[in-house]
Amino acid sequence: MKRFWCTFFVFWPIMAVILCWVAPAQNWWFPRGASGTGAAMSPLGERIDDLFYMILIITAVTFVGTQIGLGYVLFTGARRSDAPHGAEDAEKTWFTHGSHNLEVMWSVVPAAVLLFIALYQMEVWAEFRVKDSFPDEVRTGPIAEVTARQFEWRIRYPGLDANGNPLELMPDPQPTDLYTVNELHVTSAEPVMIWLRSEDVQHSFFLPELRVKQDAVPGLVIPVWFEATKSTDYSWLCAELCGWGHYKMKGRFVAEPEEDLREWMQELQNEQMDDGVPDDVGDSQVAD
Amino acid sequence: MSIATPTAEASHDGEHHAHVEDKLALLKKIHTFSTDHKVIGVQFLITTMLMLLVGGALALGVRWQLAFPWESMPFFGSLFAQQGGQISPEFYTMLFTMHATVMIFLVIIPILAGAFGNFLIPLMIGADDMAFPLLNALSYWFMWPAIACFGASFFFGGGPAAGWTSYPVLSAVQEAAPGSGMAQTMWLLAVTFVGVSSMMGSVNYMTTIINMRAPGMTLFRMPLTIWAMFITAILQAFALPVLTAAGFMLLFERTLGFTFFVPGGLVINNADPTTGGGQPLLWQHLFWFYSHPAVYIMILPAMGMVSDMLACMSRKPIFGYKPMVYSMAAIAGLGFIVWGHHMFISGMNPALGMTFMVSTMMIALPSAVKVFNWIGTMWGGRLQFNTVLLNAVAFVSMFIVGGLSGIFMAAVPVDIYIHDTYFIVAHFHYVLFGATLFGVFGAIHFWFPKMFGRTMSETVGKWHFFLTFIGFNGTFFPMHLLGVAGMPRRYADPYLHPYLEHLLPMNQFMTICAILMGFAQLLLLGNFLISIFVGKECSDNPWHANGLEWSAPSPPPHGNFPSVPVVYRGPYEYSDPAQPEGLDYWPQTEPPPAPA
Repeated sequence: MKRFWCTFFVFWPIMAVILCWVAPAQNWWFPRGASGTGAAMSPLGERIDDLFYMILIITAVTFVGTQIGLGYVLFTGARRSDAPHGAEDAEKTWFTHGSHNLEVMWSVVPAAVLLFIALYQMEVWAEFRVKDSFPDEVRTGPIAEVTARQFEWRIRYPGLDANGNPLELMPDPQPTDLYTVNELHVTSAEPVMIWLRSEDVQHSFFLPELRVKQDAVPGLVIPVWFEATKSTDYSWLCAELCGWGHYKMKGRFVAEPEEDLREWMQELQNEQMDDGVPDDVGDSQVAD
Repeated sequence: MSIATPTAEASHDGEHHAHVEDKLALLKKIHTFSTDHKVIGVQFLITTMLMLLVGGALALGVRWQLAFPWESMPFFGSLFAQQGGQISPEFYTMLFTMHATVMIFLVIIPILAGAFGNFLIPLMIGADDMAFPLLNALSYWFMWPAIACFGASFFFGGGPAAGWTSYPVLSAVQEAAPGSGMAQTMWLLAVTFVGVSSMMGSVNYMTTIINMRAPGMTLFRMPLTIWAMFITAILQAFALPVLTAAGFMLLFERTLGFTFFVPGGLVINNADPTTGGGQPLLWQHLFWFYSHPAVYIMILPAMGMVSDMLACMSRKPIFGYKPMVYSMAAIAGLGFIVWGHHMFISGMNPALGMTFMVSTMMIALPSAVKVFNWIGTMWGGRLQFNTVLLNAVAFVSMFIVGGLSGIFMAAVPVDIYIHDTYFIVAHFHYVLFGATLFGVFGAIHFWFPKMFGRTMSETVGKWHFFLTFIGFNGTFFPMHLLGVAGMPRRYADPYLHPYLEHLLPMNQFMTICAILMGFAQLLLLGNFLISIFVGKECSDNPWHANGLEWSAPSPPPHGNFPSVPVVYRGPYEYSDPAQPEGLDYWPQTEPPPAPA
């Protein structure tokens, strides 16, 4: 029975490793969504994934190593207890209170590895969140303001000028602003920034395929930037508990080429500025 | 002298106590306001084991919804028949809120510090009782107003539903959620009561350990369980006031019109705009300033107890006793400067994210040192494969997983993605259930003979372990994959989102494992309750262990020891070749042989 338990303890880490190994092929890994492969759909997301895999390798090696060590001491410990203590043929218990050298080794090595992991992560974090490290393209200002509320996203765009170019987005709502609910359109293949706010409780702006997440905090305006590499629809949901309808707080997130975005905004503007009077009537009045 | 199974022979100390102990002495007093630390320990133990079933049932409700969304729940569904036995989204938020609340405040913290802290501290240091027995009794009885308030909260709007973290604004404004009315107020009162209970225990433990050790029990001869309880008590003493203050601030904000956390101008659920100028992040800072140290309050005592069990069942001294003590101290110290890792994407200053990342990575170090030392303790030992050892090894094995998955979320950029996904849920269940609860299961089997003079059934114990271990890993390991797949926590219906649809079968598998694990706990409860009356009778020291508690009768009478014990050595001198009688253990009270 002792050997059964040793095997039992060795069996499950093997299962864990196998499960993680087959997970990507079984679609139990990063969301395939827009990419079809599970690869991140933003340059920053790709770097986040690289960091994830780096940690995965380090932890996998540690996991396998410690579980092998555990299995070894279990099997040898089981063998030692075959004969009762004090019996002639009994294998001696190793009477020791520890080893200074081992303690130093297994303190210094993990410390160095952990410190390395921490320092190695700083740059990506700074780029995502520290304003001074934001890409140049987004320093010109946000393209939209996203306001979360129970249980929807409200988006405010600046209006378009006479030439069809977007105006600057002002901190306070303007008469020219354009509004949508649960539908955010952005340009693809270039970094864009939004302002994130909340109108009631905390929410979180989560784009799983882009590896973007940022809480929306009532009272704060938080700049969030991202870059969707491909022109397509992405999943967009709330990641911070915001009430009973938290699970259904989803939106349509569309990345598209600049001209398509302009066209969509123009349509939006036409729709929202429509005063119900047919165009030709207006023209004839002007002519008068 | 093998101890693979506990023996009925007289203890090595030879003092076969003439007075036949009433084995039910502790049990007979559990309904009384006893000031005996052992009775209080047993009171805590039985209360928390019952609460474990309550918390487990709430978890099964959560699992049911994730596996079979919006379908009528069998059996429990009759409790909310007016909804057709279906779990509504409001009810679902209540379920996970109260599951976490019950498990943390009514199970894990009180079973470690309350049950085992109370029972073991005076016995292991050779004291006749705690320093303040009356305060000790109060610390147990203050649990009941908390249980009453938590229980009552279910009847106001369906129960608190802002998560166990109760972040304002959601928890502060009545209109924000159905459970944010009176239910949330009751929740805050209950947390205050458990806080008072913990604080009374904490003061008592520190005083007792500092002042009441038996002659010869120097600090570095204390069992690691005592070190762990001591450090835990210090953590509680310094962290709890912050939570209590935050709780009162939220209570005042909700009831008296103070403003701490809610900014002005919010229109919540079409109510009048809020007034005032609070800051929701303030709550998160205060809450996690307590609740991160609390995470260590929920693991350190188990670490200590597992160390004792592993040394005894390996028949070997602890490998690196002092590094083990220093590691626990380092965990406690660093534990106070890592709270921000719960808030990486909360909107706090991003520069703080970097400092908290470094401190969080560093706190993994003492945990790693402890794991290596546990393996070192078993290395070269004569392992006794009983229920105690199996649970203790499971603690180590599961703690490795929980510790390593923590590194992912300590890394801020990776945390951007996995924050608030099932990866986090997997991580803390591996630490709190996989490690702490397996440690507690082991401790129940290990010290049960001291409480009731009988042993628990090994066969049932092993079946319980086997089923729980399989159920546990089947339930929680796949959660790592759900997290990587981007499945957020606290979703009543994740499958509403197309990219999560294909995860339904995996969730169903996990729920089946969870049900298996839930039923397995009935084996533990049955084994515990039945063994009290019909378990095999055993000697005072059935495991041939060294600690002082084993030199007292089972169960120890009021006052614990017939005379003040004198301590001659540390608690881990197993298999010492110098032991004069050739035994593989050497009790702390055994005088050294006279020089020839």
